[in-house]
Parts: sequence; C-alpha cells; structure tokens
Amino acid sequence: MTDATLAGPALAETVTRAFDRKRRLAFAIPAAILAYLIYAAISFDIASLMARARFDNAAILLSDFWSHKTHVTRDNRTGKLTVAIEGEAKGTYPEGRLPDWISTSGDTTTIDLGQGNIVTYDADGARFVVPGYGTIDIREEGGRPVLTAPEPIPDWISVGENRIGVTTPAGRFNYTRSKVETFKYEPGWELWFFTLDSPLYGKSFGELAALAVSGERLDPARSNLALMASEFWTNKMWRHGDVAWAIFETILMAFLGTITAALIALPLSFLAARNFMSLGPLRFAARRVFDFVRGVDGLIWTIVLSRAFGPGPMTGAIAIALTDSGSFGKMFSEALENIDEKQVEGVRSTGANAVQRARFGVIPQIMPVFLAQVLYYLESNTRSATVIGAIVGGGIGLLLTQAIVTQKDWEEVAYYMVLIVLMVMLMDSLSGWLRRKLIKGE
Amino acid sequence: MVDVAFGPEPGQRPNLANPREAYLDMVRRKRMYGGILLVIFVALMASGWMLADHRNAGGFWNGLHQVLDFPSEVLSEAWEKRANLPGIFWDHIPALIETVNIAAVATLVGALAAMGLSLLATRGLARWPRLIPVFRRTMDALRAIPEIVIALVLIFILGGGPVPAVIAIALHTGGALGKLFSEVAENADLKPVEGLASVGANWSQRMWLGVIPQVAPNWLSYALLRFEINVRASAILGFVGEGGIGHDLKLAMQWGQGRYDEVVAIFLLLFLTIVVIDQLSDHYRHKLVKGH
Repeated sequence: MTDATLAGPALAETVTRAFDRKRRLAFAIPAAILAYLIYAAISFDIASLMARARFDNAAILLSDFWSHKTHVTRDNRTGKLTVAIEGEAKGTYPEGRLPDWISTSGDTTTIDLGQGNIVTYDADGARFVVPGYGTIDIREEGGRPVLTAPEPIPDWISVGENRIGVTTPAGRFNYTRSKVETFKYEPGWELWFFTLDSPLYGKSFGELAALAVSGERLDPARSNLALMASEFWTNKMWRHGDVAWAIFETILMAFLGTITAALIALPLSFLAARNFMSLGPLRFAARRVFDFVRGVDGLIWTIVLSRAFGPGPMTGAIAIALTDSGSFGKMFSEALENIDEKQVEGVRSTGANAVQRARFGVIPQIMPVFLAQVLYYLESNTRSATVIGAIVGGGIGLLLTQAIVTQKDWEEVAYYMVLIVLMVMLMDSLSGWLRRKLIKGE
Repeated sequence: MVDVAFGPEPGQRPNLANPREAYLDMVRRKRMYGGILLVIFVALMASGWMLADHRNAGGFWNGLHQVLDFPSEVLSEAWEKRANLPGIFWDHIPALIETVNIAAVATLVGALAAMGLSLLATRGLARWPRLIPVFRRTMDALRAIPEIVIALVLIFILGGGPVPAVIAIALHTGGALGKLFSEVAENADLKPVEGLASVGANWSQRMWLGVIPQVAPNWLSYALLRFEINVRASAILGFVGEGGIGHDLKLAMQWGQGRYDEVVAIFLLLFLTIVVIDQLSDHYRHKLVKGH
C-alpha cells in the first residue's frame, strides 16, 4: 500500500520529466542544426556568392550539353572565310564543301540562320536581318564599325568602341575591326561519328549500312566496315579510342588497387587479430600500421607516390592499394576475432597444422565478409579512381578535368560525365551481381 | 517413380556403390576448377599490373627507390625549420575549419535529404508506393556521379569557394545515405506505425513518431561514418578544385622547395584531424549501435 502511494507520484514525476526532456530535445536539435547552418552560410559567404555566380556560364554550359555551334568567321583584312564547328581547326569545313545554309558569291557571303534571320557579309561590312525588328547594318568607316539600326537600340545589341555584338535566339553575331563572326546553334553533338575530313562524313545511316554490306570500297586497302570502325575510333574531335582507353585505365586502377589491397591485408590481418596473435606488442604494431596507412589519406599517398612513379594509372592503383589495405586489415581482423572457434577445433582434431587450420577452419568463415567488402570497395573505388586519376593524371578523370579547364568543350564534359555515370552504374550492378552469386549462392 | 527417386534432373548420378571413388572424383573436379580460376586470376593481376606499369610515366622499378626521396627531402627541410611549424599550424587552422565545415554541412544537408528520400523509397512506408522506383533510381543516380564532376562544373558557374564542394558532396551523400537509411527502415517494426495510423496520424506524423525513433541510432551511426568519409572527400576536392586545406596543400606543393615546412604542417594537420574524427565517430557509433 505504502509502496504504491510512494511509487505513484515518483513514477508520474519520472515520466513527466522524461517527456519534458524529450520535448526540449525535439526543439533543441532542429534549433542547433539551424544555428549551425546559419553560421555556415555566413562563414561560406553565401550572400556574395549570388553576386559572383555567373548564370550566363550556366546557360552556355546547358546549351553546349545538347547543341553545338558553327563559327562562320571572315577575316576583315584578308577577306578569308572560315567555317568551323566550335571554331576548332579539326572541325573546319574544307573549301567548296560548306554547309548548305551558307552561300558565297564573290565577296558576298549569305548565312541563313533560319526563321528569316539572314546575315550577309559583303565588301563594305555586314548586315543582319532580324524578323520583327529590322536590319542591323554595319559599315566600316575610318577603321571603326558604325552601326545603323532601327532606334531605339534594344539591349540584345551591344555597341562598344570597337566591337558590336548581337545576340538572338537564332544565333550570335560579333563584329570587330579584325573579323566578323556568326555563331549558329544546332542541336546534337556534331561530328560524333565521323569528322569532316573523313570520306564517310555526311552520309545517312541508310547509306552507311548500304556501304557496309555491299558497295564500292572507299579505301581499296580495307573493307568499308573496317574503315568505318577505324574512322570512328580515331575521330579527332571526340577521340573515342582515347576515351575508351581512359575508361579502361580507370577501371584497371580500381581493380588492381582493390584486389592487391585485399591480398596484402588478408595475411596481415591475422597479425592484428587477438585470437591468432597472442604476442601483444606485435598485434599492437600491426594495428597501428593499419591505422596509419588508413589515416594518411588517399590524397597524401597519391601525392607522395606520384612524385616517385610519375603520373599514370599505376600510381593511382598503388595509392588505392595502400589506403585500402589499411581499411581491409582493420575489417578482416575484426571479422577474424568474431569467428566460431569450434570449426577450427574440429580441423585441429584431425591433426592439421596452423596453415591448414587457417585454410579450412578460418577462411571459409570470413569468406562472406571478405568478398562483400572487396566487392563493395571495388565499386566505390571506381568512383575514387576518377578523382585520383584527376590528381595523378590518368584515366577518365584526367580527360574530364582537362575538358573542364579549357572551359569551352562542354559537350565533351557532358559526354565524359555520361560515360562516368554509366561506368559507375555498370560496376555497381556487376558487383551486386557477383555478391549475390558468390555469397548467397543464387 | 524413377524420376522421383533420382530427382527431376536428368544426367549422371554419383555411383553410390563406390562412395570413396565418387567423393575423390568430386574433390578432384573442385580442385581443378579452383586451380583454373586461380591461374586466370593470377594472369589477370600480373598482366594488369604490367599494363599499368607500361602506361605509367615512370616505371615501377625505377620509382621504387625514389619512393622515400620526396618524403625525406620534405621532412629534412621541415626539420630544419621546425621552429616555424607551430606558427604555420596556426595560419592554416581557418582553412582546416573550412574543410571540416564543408564536410559537416554537406553531411547534414545530405542526411536530411536522405531521410526523406529513404522513407519515400522504402516498401511499406512510402507515401506514394507507386513512385518507389523513381526515388530509388534518383538515389542511384546521385550516388553514381562522382563528387568531382559536380564540383568542377559548379565551380565554373558559381566561381570558387566552398559552396560548390558542399553541393557536390551533399548530393553524393544524399544518394549514398539514402540507400543505407532505406535498408535500415525496411527492418523497422511496423506496429507503431499501425498504431499511429489507427489514431488518425498522417504520413509525416507516422514517420516522425513511429519510424524515426526506431531507426535513429542506426541512421546516426551511418551519418557519422559518412561524415568521416566526407572530411576526406572535402580535402581532396580542395586539392582538385578550390577552398579549404586541400587548396592550401596544393599551393604549398606547387611552390615546392622552400615551403616544405608548410607542406608538412598541412599534412600533419590533415592527418591528425582525420584520426581524431575517425576515433570520435568510432566511439559514438559504438555507443549508438551497441548502447554502451
């Protein structure tokens, strides 16, 4: 009776107090998170970020991802006309094979940008007819471009001292003293299959199929199919062959690094497991070695190693192997400490020596952990190998960073990004499939 | 009848009259397969390393004796100027804090996104069961894109600084944690959820009061592990892109001789930070999962 009266209020009080505490926590935790995020926003200077952000860059990037532009450039001093895809030398149209939206006669060049937008270069200057606005006429007077256009001048025409620029949805146009340029945007990644200097350029799929099956050999030395394959593989604009090599190198780095790390860590992990190494100091040393290798980050290993071995995939593979052997060593030794001793005793009772006991009593028990971890690391190392490749200079990571640094080949960046994502997803499903196959035995 | 006795599959049966023979036969066959696999594996590894060696700028055997050259050069210079080290440490603390902040904010934001994504992608808990595949594929895609890709593209748009790194790491974290979170949530007990449903709780209340308390320890543990990984990623992104201690390290390295004391100081700072964070997260994860 007394117990009940005593316990009653005490219990109620405890519960109320616990509730109060929980209620306070429920507000305190979100508040703490919010406070931290505000602090971070201030320390990261988010306010000035918005001012610095270049959304025009974003627009260029997005349009480059799915379209390409053709530069039609006339040198105003020599009068020479160049038509080049993305303005690159390897994308220059040979004389006499200009695209059909450009026509030339004497000094006059007419560029049809579509929907009534027509640019004309002639001896005096250039004209741009914009439907719904009028004609933008540029003459060169006294060595300077002079603009005549319907007033008021809209803000998509920029007029400078020596430069006049026009930006319309159909294309861009730039006039300076030295040259006049028109950019025409078209969807798709141009020259993806064959470059302009290839005999196969401009042929439709039907024509190509017909050529491949039957038809005159374009190159007498080999069949058309072999020619197509090699023209595609050695495409100068997209370098499909080099890209395929780079992808292979990245996967190679991940594969070699992960498997080597596992092979190094497996025997060493016995030294760090309490039930296999009775010698305390040695065990301690082995564990600290694992900790050290793991703790010195992959970044540091990569830098140190690339000084010795130079840039390339092997440096990356060794860096991955070193870092991961630490992680593997720790995990394997933990798995070893958790094994069932009965199985080992059973093997021992048949007179097996230490190596045989390890082979038949221990390894089968840690095999699932071993395989699962190795496969998981293989998968995640494919991603790391991309980053490491960017630092050591090998694989697709290098190509990607190079393409980004030039800040103009965004279509290549998009291409590499797609390839990287596909590669990672492929490795993801491959390792998942192997895991199911090997561990669950399905 | 015969089919039943010998099983449904056709083919040769082990000779039961002579079990020893059959057993040895099986063992031999198993050994042979194992041997073939081993040979293929060894050949693959050897040719892989040889190929990698061949594609590398410097060879393995040429480089091997140089491995210690760079560290010893760096260390000896740093040892001469060891008096500078404390000062340099102090100079780089702000960059270190920035690196850790990048990782922390990215982990926080990524984990919050992962909470939502994972609940929406878990069978039995999802708000819109039909959309489960959509959310799963979203997480897969987020996980598949390496941070560096997003970071470099964002640097082009947003300019330098820590924000591109934060966004890049947060996106990846959202995908990676989302998958792990959803695996935990799949095993959650549905009884509290049903109880809450019976008193008329809506979906967010059911999740917040019925599921989150059950999965919180495991989720927190995964988030801590991710934080550990993200600190490393943030240092690496600094090295490749901009911001944080990784960037300082790159500048000091590019300078080369004469600033090796700085290199050592940054190495040490980074190493110590990673070890401390590792230890702390290890400790708390043990506490969270094992309850002591």
